[in-house]
Amino acid sequence: MTVFLDIFTAAAVSAGAFFFLAGSVGLLRFPDTLSRLHALTKADNVGLGLVILGLLPGAGGLLAALKLVVVWLLVLLASAMVSQMIARVARRGGSPL
Amino acid sequence: MTVASALALVLALLLVSIAAWTVVTRRTFAAVEGFVAYGLLLSIAWVALNAIDVALTEAAIGAGLTGVLLIGAAARLRTTEAALSAERPGAPLRGLAAAASAAVAGAIAIGVLSLPDPAPTLAPAVAEHLPSIGLGNAVTAVLLAYRGIDTLLESIVVVFALIGVWSLAPDHLWGGYPGPRQYADPNGILAYLARLLPPIGIIVGLYIFWVGADLPGGKFQGATILAAMWLLAVMAGLADAPPISRTWLRILLVAGPLLFIAIGFAGALTAGAVLAYPDGYAKLMIKVIEAALVPTLTLTLALLVAGAPERTAPR
Repeated sequence: MTVFLDIFTAAAVSAGAFFFLAGSVGLLRFPDTLSRLHALTKADNVGLGLVILGLLPGAGGLLAALKLVVVWLLVLLASAMVSQMIARVARRGGSPL
Repeated sequence: MTVASALALVLALLLVSIAAWTVVTRRTFAAVEGFVAYGLLLSIAWVALNAIDVALTEAAIGAGLTGVLLIGAAARLRTTEAALSAERPGAPLRGLAAAASAAVAGAIAIGVLSLPDPAPTLAPAVAEHLPSIGLGNAVTAVLLAYRGIDTLLESIVVVFALIGVWSLAPDHLWGGYPGPRQYADPNGILAYLARLLPPIGIIVGLYIFWVGADLPGGKFQGATILAAMWLLAVMAGLADAPPISRTWLRILLVAGPLLFIAIGFAGALTAGAVLAYPDGYAKLMIKVIEAALVPTLTLTLALLVAGAPERTAPR
């Protein structure tokens, strides 16, 4: 059983890391602010979600696992809000400083 | 090379490169970005060293609060930045500054490298006497029992910093509202976040303060989160900072350090030394001091970000 859980953890965390990598490549390679934001937020949200999903079996208890999920939800909220606000500034044609 | 040491090496290289970037970049805002990223990476390094308390403080105060203050400063300096860059100091002066910085860094490096191995430590003594204080977190014990004087001065220094910011106010605005009034779309995304996040953030902030007795956490980290929640409501235009002439505000700003000083001097009578706690009451006293410091620190940190008075107070 633990072997399967370990394999699950390794697979999910690796998949999460791949999304982070893809998001970072997008951030560096995409031409304008909006598409860079798109690459970053989409990839990082899924990436972090997969990393946390992979860490759940090893969290050591329901409470710790719930805390990890709450961390993911808070990051989702923050990154959705911040990217909206950056996108709004970018659409108005300004640069955030 | 093990995975852990490879990660540590990558982290150290990243830290040094971001530090170098922060120094050499010519744009103020880019330097601030570098500084914030540096602070967040540094807190990961502290986690890797098992110093969770320091990591929390670095992330909250070093990267978060200082980052916000520096972004505010960079925004204010933007109009004059071109003029400032034009009057760049000459090569001799810059060389001298570089030499002085390198000498300081070198002296610190020599100091660290010449420490005996293993470094002298009081950690076993602290761990041995931890049960007599009743705390589970050795860092809190050091901060409030063994080195209480440092923490006391620290809590006073931040109030002085706020007085320094306030003193930038022109005479006719003295006692007025700090910073500009913030307006945001009441149905917009910022106002939504400012309604959604504070209930969660307030609980997390209070929890981090409370848990500091036994686990990593404490008043500074908790107060930073509470201050951030308040600032979020202010920035979304849902709340306004009070005029700095309010009596309740000024009482709260000094209440924490004053209670700390009072309990400290009471220790001279009850426990035989200033800042000592009577037997069996150490944990209680420490939590009372921390609880009194939380509102003081929350207000001070938030008002530091809010800035000098810019609007007249109501009659």
